[in-house]
Amino acid sequence: MTREYMTTRDIVGPLLLVENVTGVTYGELVELEFPDGTQSFGNVLEVNGDVALVQAFQGTRGSNPSQTKVRFLGRGLELGVSRDMLGRVFDGMGRPRDGGPEIMPEKRVPIYGQAINPMSRDFPDDFIQTGISSIDGLNPLVRGQKLPIFSGSGLPHNELAAQIARQAAVLERSDDPTRVGPPMEGDFAVVFAAMGITFEDADFFMTELRSTSAIERAVLFLNLADDPAVERIATPRMALTAAEYLAFECDMHVLVIYTDMTYYCEALREVSAARKEVPGRRGFPGYLYTDLASLYERAGRIKGKKGSITQVPILSMPDDDKTHPIPDLTGYITEGQIILDRNLHRSGIYPPVAVLPSLSRLKQKGIGAGKTREDHADLSNQLFGAYARGIQAKELAVILGEAALSDTDQAYVHFADSFERLFIQQGKHEDRSVEETLALGWELVALLPRTELKRIKDEYIDRYLPTKPHEYHPGEADTNMTPGIPAGRDGMHNEILGV
Amino acid sequence: MGQGRIIKVAGPLVVAENLGDAKMFDLVKVGKEGLMGEIIEMRGVRASIQVYEETERLGPGDPVVPTGAPLSVELGPGMLGAVYDGVQRPLDAIEAIAGAFLARGIDAPGLSRDKVWEFTATVSAGDSVSGGDVVGVVQENEVIEHRIMVPPALSGTISTISSGSYTVEQPVGRLRTADGTEHDLIMMQRWPVRIPRPYIRKVAASEPLVTGTRVIDTFFPLVKGGAGCIPGPFGAGKTVTQHQVAKWSNAQIVIFIGCGERGNEMTDVLMEFPELTDPYSGYPLMKRTVLVANTSNMPVAAREASVYTGITMAEYFRDMGYEVVLQADSTSRWAEAMREISGRLEEMPGEEGYPAYLGTRLAAFYERAGKVDCLGGESAPRNGSVSVVGSVSPPGGDLSEPVVQNTLRVVKVFWALQDTLAYQRHFPAIDWLTSYSLFLDKVEPYWFENVDEHFRARRDQAMAILQRESELAEIVRLVGLEALSDEEQILMETAKSLREDFLQQNAFREDDQFSSLAEQNKLLEVILHFHTTAIALAEKGEPLKSIFSAPVREQITRAKYLSAEDIGEYDRILSDIDTQLVAGGPAVAAAAEVNA
Repeated sequence: MTREYMTTRDIVGPLLLVENVTGVTYGELVELEFPDGTQSFGNVLEVNGDVALVQAFQGTRGSNPSQTKVRFLGRGLELGVSRDMLGRVFDGMGRPRDGGPEIMPEKRVPIYGQAINPMSRDFPDDFIQTGISSIDGLNPLVRGQKLPIFSGSGLPHNELAAQIARQAAVLERSDDPTRVGPPMEGDFAVVFAAMGITFEDADFFMTELRSTSAIERAVLFLNLADDPAVERIATPRMALTAAEYLAFECDMHVLVIYTDMTYYCEALREVSAARKEVPGRRGFPGYLYTDLASLYERAGRIKGKKGSITQVPILSMPDDDKTHPIPDLTGYITEGQIILDRNLHRSGIYPPVAVLPSLSRLKQKGIGAGKTREDHADLSNQLFGAYARGIQAKELAVILGEAALSDTDQAYVHFADSFERLFIQQGKHEDRSVEETLALGWELVALLPRTELKRIKDEYIDRYLPTKPHEYHPGEADTNMTPGIPAGRDGMHNEILGV
Repeated sequence: MGQGRIIKVAGPLVVAENLGDAKMFDLVKVGKEGLMGEIIEMRGVRASIQVYEETERLGPGDPVVPTGAPLSVELGPGMLGAVYDGVQRPLDAIEAIAGAFLARGIDAPGLSRDKVWEFTATVSAGDSVSGGDVVGVVQENEVIEHRIMVPPALSGTISTISSGSYTVEQPVGRLRTADGTEHDLIMMQRWPVRIPRPYIRKVAASEPLVTGTRVIDTFFPLVKGGAGCIPGPFGAGKTVTQHQVAKWSNAQIVIFIGCGERGNEMTDVLMEFPELTDPYSGYPLMKRTVLVANTSNMPVAAREASVYTGITMAEYFRDMGYEVVLQADSTSRWAEAMREISGRLEEMPGEEGYPAYLGTRLAAFYERAGKVDCLGGESAPRNGSVSVVGSVSPPGGDLSEPVVQNTLRVVKVFWALQDTLAYQRHFPAIDWLTSYSLFLDKVEPYWFENVDEHFRARRDQAMAILQRESELAEIVRLVGLEALSDEEQILMETAKSLREDFLQQNAFREDDQFSSLAEQNKLLEVILHFHTTAIALAEKGEPLKSIFSAPVREQITRAKYLSAEDIGEYDRILSDIDTQLVAGGPAVAAAAEVNA
């Protein structure tokens, strides 16, 4: 089945144009041998008559048209999978990187995968307790969800992702709506894919995983900053193929963390530019949405299978710009996003989760009686509303002075400050149970007059609100909400206020 | 039919040669597995084909077989409750064959060939019929009577017809045309998706499509037969709004197209709709729904086809005389699919890489909406309508991008979603200042007759208050609320009440997710009555603080949670406003004392 040619005509960037080939198919795996003997992999991007366009994953340095051997292998790009992958470190193409032996694969699976039939999907509704209040309380993660972290250079997204990986636990269902079930025993695994990140970043994750001996149930695929860029296109697919095997054939609950999506997209752009394709926004190819979907949509649960795939992709927003094509298209595919905020980070708050623009779309399904606690949804709505109002009041205080605020607004300002300091802020190794998070939330809403708690059902207020006196000041109008004004790009808070 | 050969494969685009007399937009079978594809360009003996399945491992020399027919859908009993992919393959049948992952090359007919339906003839032998005439009915489920029509191009005399049990392919009777040829009448029709189904004429639509969402029904109504769009950045609530319309609108049939969106969202619909009860029929919503699910990771060419598949089905139900809502979530993904195919064809791009014909295609799609006099039924004329609601996902929420702009040219209703509102958890996050509906004057007579003669006036007054609020808000931000006159302060307070007690609506709360027009009218009346009464009282010198602390305000806040049966409760609140808001009145005085 293997056919070898030395008929390369053009070499452009990471692409080779090979002539006079026969029997080549779209997507076929290619082995390249350069004049100096180095070997590299590629795949067929286009085949036109007897001409094949090959993308070289490890780049084309050292190749030349006349002496480069191109072998078409008669199969697509595959990963050999096995349970033995757990605890191992691979490179971006799935070859061992930790000095260990090759994996003896159970089987070889094409890395491009197949779409899950929407009929076969099971809806994600198992709450994952991450032990982080700003996530569990307000934007909860659910098993089978894809929830990215939108970050920026210099923000602690790696710490947050590692903390999620260490602390994630699923709770048992509880028959009592007023009680949270205990953490469930289960078969968990973490699949980590690094695309273009630095050695320090990758080392940080490995150290974190080792420190809790989570490394034994982890599979790592590393393509670092100095590894070939085009290889990054294959890396997340390697990781997801491994995750699918562990989830749907070994019944494990797999958390896939991949970082950094920005470098992945830039590798796509590089190939697209070399092909002279018509670019979309910011030079990224027009099919970026479809391509990203082919990764993100590999999260989920399947009816009749025990395992699940939950994804936490990390991407750094260039210039913290949420409207950049990468975060923008990601947000349209994923089920929400956790956004990190530079201002919070500067004020020393970890994790600096910008609560208001963050969102978990599956929240409604994952919380409430039985899953967490009956008051969870109402309480979280109230916290959102109150924090938004508090931020507005703070802005107002900047202009008018604190004294000009009504008593209610001052209560909101106090609430917003306490909320940031007590609720959002927590230790990097602090694992808060969901009860602790909810209790904290109730203590905070108790700072407000009870009449302001319009979003919580009365019975929950009666049951959970800590008894504490407060003052009642009726009649203040809030005046700061005006729609229709485009969001500013200079800082999250301005955006919230619509000014 | 001859057999051609592949000469080029580039993603979803395949070029083949020697396809004989195949025509533009003909369906072909590609490769050894017979993958479905459609001819979209022809140059000499070469035809470019968009393939509806993954093209991995296809190569030059692989066979291509023309079918001689354009991409068509099968129309007949069995569509309701079904879930199809973009080219009408039933996903449950594919699951039964291939398991949880979508393997390619699986062929499954859109309508089951085995299922037997109870057909009742409504015409008899000797009757003369023409295209669109109803010849019989099948009670497809508890809710929908499926009317079997003569195919549009056929007319003649019924020679035989009999009620009984048939599959969709078995003849229920025969028809003799004027030239004497006999045709079998079967329940199933095929119709090419890219050609609109014929009707006698379009008629002006004036009946509102009630969705139960207050901001839509009261402020920016859509009519049955109209087209609207929902643009918004991610996280602003497009999909929830679409789901609300699918769940609660007073249409008889709902076609929901998940076009390039999330798999889990389709699962949500699939799991929820069979459980939810249709408020109009009392049966599960799924009984009136057809789903077309082409998620973002399914083949891009099938995504391009999915909106046509959906609208053709919608037109078919319209032709029976039903009111149909078609929802496409999201049309941006459809436009991107066009862009991707166009790029592979190496066409000269228009704006932002989209093909130059983007505007034409969008307009042609939305123009398939409308209320019509249905074909056939000369003896018993009938109307049907297709309303279209398309969501648009503009990059970065930028409404100046080509898909939004081209859509706005053809739709009459614009529900603009704002992420700033969504961050406030103001849902539905439909921006009342930028949204519009050009159907207001059309629905006014209906409102006048069926809701309340003052409803339009109330709506306009409320809109004016909200508009004024946005102007005053600037001043308040600079100099504080106290700088405003009493009347303006009351207006700010009323605007807040409109926002929180009327516009905000919780889609996940049972006592709030649906509001009838009567309830919307009453709620608006209550809020505005407080406003007018408060202004009158303030003019008499009553301090604002005592007005605002009237206990009735608590009742106004909770009024939206009243159930439809408690509609009398609104009148009680109205009279409470009158009794409490009296200058120096006992209620106000008492309330002021409690709060002092």
